Amino acid sequence: MYDIAIIGAGVIGAAIARELSRYQLKLIVVDKGNDVCAGTSKANSSIVHAGYDPEPGTLMAKLNSQGNPMFDKLCKELSVPFNRCGSFVVAFTDEQVETLKVLLERGKKNGIPGLEIVDVKKLLEKEPAASPEAKAALYAPTAGVVDPMLLTTALMENAVMNGADYKLNYKVESIDKTESGYKINSASGPVEAKCVINAAGVYSDIIHNMIAAPDFSITPKIGQYFLLDKSENDKIQSVLFPCPDKNGKGILVARSVHGNVILGPTSDVDQDRDDTGTTDEALNRVRQGCSKLVPTITTRNCIRNFAGMRAEPSTGDFIIREVKDAPKFIDVAGIKSPGLSAAPAIALYVVDLVKNCGIKLEAKKDFNPIVKRTIFMELSPDEQAALVKKDPRYGRIICRCERITEGEIVDEIHRPIPAVTLDAIKRRCRPGMGRCQGGFCGPKVHEILARELGCEWKDIVLDKKGSYILTGKTK
Amino acid sequence: MNFDLVVVGGGPAGMAAALEAYNNGIKSIAIVERDVEPGGILQQCIHNGFGLHVFKEELTGPEYAQRFINMTEDTEIKYFLDTIVLDIAQDKTLTVMNSKQGIFELKAKAIVLAMGCRERTRSGIGIAGDRPSGVFTAGAAQRYINIEGQMVGKKVIILGSGDIGMIMARRIVLEGGEVIAVVARSSFPKGLTRNVVQCLDHYNIPMWYSHNIVGIYGKERVEKVVVAECDKKTKAVIPGTEKEYACDTVLLSVGLIPENELSRQVGIKIDRKTSGPVVTESMETSMEGVFACGNVVHVHDLVDFVTEESRKAGRNAAKYIKGEITKNSQPNVFKVTGGLSYAVPHMFRPENLDDKFDILMRVDRVFGKCYLVITEDGKELGRYKKPFLTPGEMIKLTVPSSIFNGMEGREIGITVEPEEEK
Amino acid sequence: MECIEKKLVCVSCPMGCRLTVTVCGDDIKVTGNTCKRGEVYGKNEVTDPRRMICSTARIEGGVHPVVPVKTDKPIPEKLKFKCMDVINALNLKSPVVAGDVVAANILDTDVNIVVTRNM
Repeated sequence: MYDIAIIGAGVIGAAIARELSRYQLKLIVVDKGNDVCAGTSKANSSIVHAGYDPEPGTLMAKLNSQGNPMFDKLCKELSVPFNRCGSFVVAFTDEQVETLKVLLERGKKNGIPGLEIVDVKKLLEKEPAASPEAKAALYAPTAGVVDPMLLTTALMENAVMNGADYKLNYKVESIDKTESGYKINSASGPVEAKCVINAAGVYSDIIHNMIAAPDFSITPKIGQYFLLDKSENDKIQSVLFPCPDKNGKGILVARSVHGNVILGPTSDVDQDRDDTGTTDEALNRVRQGCSKLVPTITTRNCIRNFAGMRAEPSTGDFIIREVKDAPKFIDVAGIKSPGLSAAPAIALYVVDLVKNCGIKLEAKKDFNPIVKRTIFMELSPDEQAALVKKDPRYGRIICRCERITEGEIVDEIHRPIPAVTLDAIKRRCRPGMGRCQGGFCGPKVHEILARELGCEWKDIVLDKKGSYILTGKTK
Repeated sequence: MNFDLVVVGGGPAGMAAALEAYNNGIKSIAIVERDVEPGGILQQCIHNGFGLHVFKEELTGPEYAQRFINMTEDTEIKYFLDTIVLDIAQDKTLTVMNSKQGIFELKAKAIVLAMGCRERTRSGIGIAGDRPSGVFTAGAAQRYINIEGQMVGKKVIILGSGDIGMIMARRIVLEGGEVIAVVARSSFPKGLTRNVVQCLDHYNIPMWYSHNIVGIYGKERVEKVVVAECDKKTKAVIPGTEKEYACDTVLLSVGLIPENELSRQVGIKIDRKTSGPVVTESMETSMEGVFACGNVVHVHDLVDFVTEESRKAGRNAAKYIKGEITKNSQPNVFKVTGGLSYAVPHMFRPENLDDKFDILMRVDRVFGKCYLVITEDGKELGRYKKPFLTPGEMIKLTVPSSIFNGMEGREIGITVEPEEEK
Repeated sequence: MECIEKKLVCVSCPMGCRLTVTVCGDDIKVTGNTCKRGEVYGKNEVTDPRRMICSTARIEGGVHPVVPVKTDKPIPEKLKFKCMDVINALNLKSPVVAGDVVAANILDTDVNIVVTRNM
């Protein structure tokens, strides 16, 4: 019997798990994927928004503005790359300039520091490749970019280091109310807990409906992207948005925390909640949108197209509350953008809800907030030399594009949440994220995985269960 | 550590350059190779067809590599295997790393860049659809099958009519797999005609010219692809011609790109057309004393030509170390037009040429009987008859160097002139 | 006499010469070739087509689990898959040296299987 079970190991579930692991609780996180960070959290714009966008008074506004300033400390504790690079909303017409003023006012009401409307000259000083056709821009110095995959993984790792359990490949089939709480049923056995937190992303309405009357719905919306080679990053230093419209924040151009260029997303209703496919039509819209912001941008150096699902709530705002007819069952639903930015604040908000619904929270004395992760190429030459001497595997580069060493890959296979698929390795330490897309390092990472896990090559999958890479030995 | 010459890359280009420099009197040579053994990509090219020019016999890739490995073993050339070059400083100090020695420096008087090339990927060509497993570049599949002894799939479709794609089609059939077709966007093969015959025709594998894979689908593993016809001229997909094919594997052989991350990092000038360094007749790059050869300069079809070009680089690196390369004149620069996409070298000084001058070129479309015409300021310097030119086959034009006698700082035009229909 | 004309591409080397083979009974004429090998190829293609087979064989104790092998001369076209069966049945042990014969006179063709690298 657990005190708390969290459904969903995306950035929201992981942030909540880490926050709750500060307390003396029996805690478990379950996820239907075969890795943490397997849904929305792995395929998004990776922006930590400043917080001028959501309507004042909404949960989105409150949690975005609270969450954003938490990133510096959080990412430092978890060894996650984060860059507070600032952002611009670019206006091209007088009407859009009016929108900037509305955003500025909203931002002030939301308590966002440093916002200012700048003229095109100032914009071009900071972003020389931005369109000179721009009339003005709203500059938000506190916006940033983060590695959402590493953040989610590190949050989960930290929770596990501090005593949380987790189960992957755990698809929730149904939930029963029991005398002492809830019984979550799945093909891989039940999990019982006094309190359940529903952080199931695009499936959060379905999970909710397993235990209570439907009172909201999630519309899955797919967003498609280009990820460009680092050689394109002379065209963008921070994040450029178009003026938002009824469809959302629009198609942005951003420099990722690793120095790639991200273009996207589209935002289209998609009935298949697991869809990650791309279409030429949508990607053309991304191209058009981006070339308006940065005319010289080209997708010739695209190294990957990808798509992610987001959970559009019928209420228009985050749904974070104890469910009315289901005591100690907490929905954390409809977490669309700015969900990533709000995640640390959402976690604190949920801890309060947990406390208020009658779970006793007693702080652990030995909570360790630190996750260490070695990124070889970011070490000083002396540190590198010392590390190679200590562990020669750090002297062997496996991924030549991103310069990832064997030591880093082996480490990921033996960490608190082991990476056991090619993509899990890629999400954590980036071999295959470069321009060759794993053409050279794929077979090498494959070999390391089979060796470290003591299994046959053909048993290693690319990503999801069933995504086998090889069919067996040739002879 | 100090060396006269450091060669980056121990594939066929690097080994040939090192050996040639050695045979030209430079004894202090290091080859830095990122793999655990020399030979480069040849080790996985287990098919035959190598060496007809250089060894006058037909060898497989590993045999060709073995000959060079054996030759270097008879010299004092030092290998740093399983070693990566992290950086090259302006003073030609290379920072390198391996697991045994950690991070260390190699100081060189001259450097030869021979890092080879890599494959264009799915995103490089933008195919819509899902992102399941079972999509491989042809080279990655080749490594899995030929080096690791692991099979990549049962029912395969191949995109791209490059050589590796066709060679892999045959390999898959020989290893018991099925190949639905090789799909080619162009109306002609990008690889050698010989490979169309011996890899596809001889194994009854169809080639669908003027077609493209427009979608790859499957939630976990590839389940199907959508293939559509393309307009012969514009290569645009013709709507309504889409057809689905069930398969579990897609191989991509959609082009090779010289791997010049290191060259760019150092600030060496890169030609947009070849994606390789701009080089002189001596295979010297824009950075003095830094030479380049093989697929890092431009993608070759034949390893024999890589060897020849690399020998030239090695010979000139030796000359450079001995102070024998002259640079007193303005170089002449090639300008290609009329269906030629590039010429290597990009520039030359006649005083550094041997009697015969090899110019390597590629056309961007197919030509029947035609002439390659060399001009300077409207004056014809040479005219060379060719029976057939195709983008899939590199042109090696050998001209007498004397036609350029005394020229300096000129623009030399090369063009294709189709023979008049009679 | 009826003559049959066949258009072929010579695969003896990467030149890819476009051959015309004219068969008039026992008289076979090859044109379009630029060397002697082309003539031989053209004649063989219409009388006794043969193929080189390159593949890999299992090896124990090598740096890789398989080692590349080839037929030391072309094998009759119709035997190519039987040849693969022979290669697939091999179980080699390291060390081997390029050129080592690992299966002799396979399928009674006078063709040997040799390894193509040291391992």
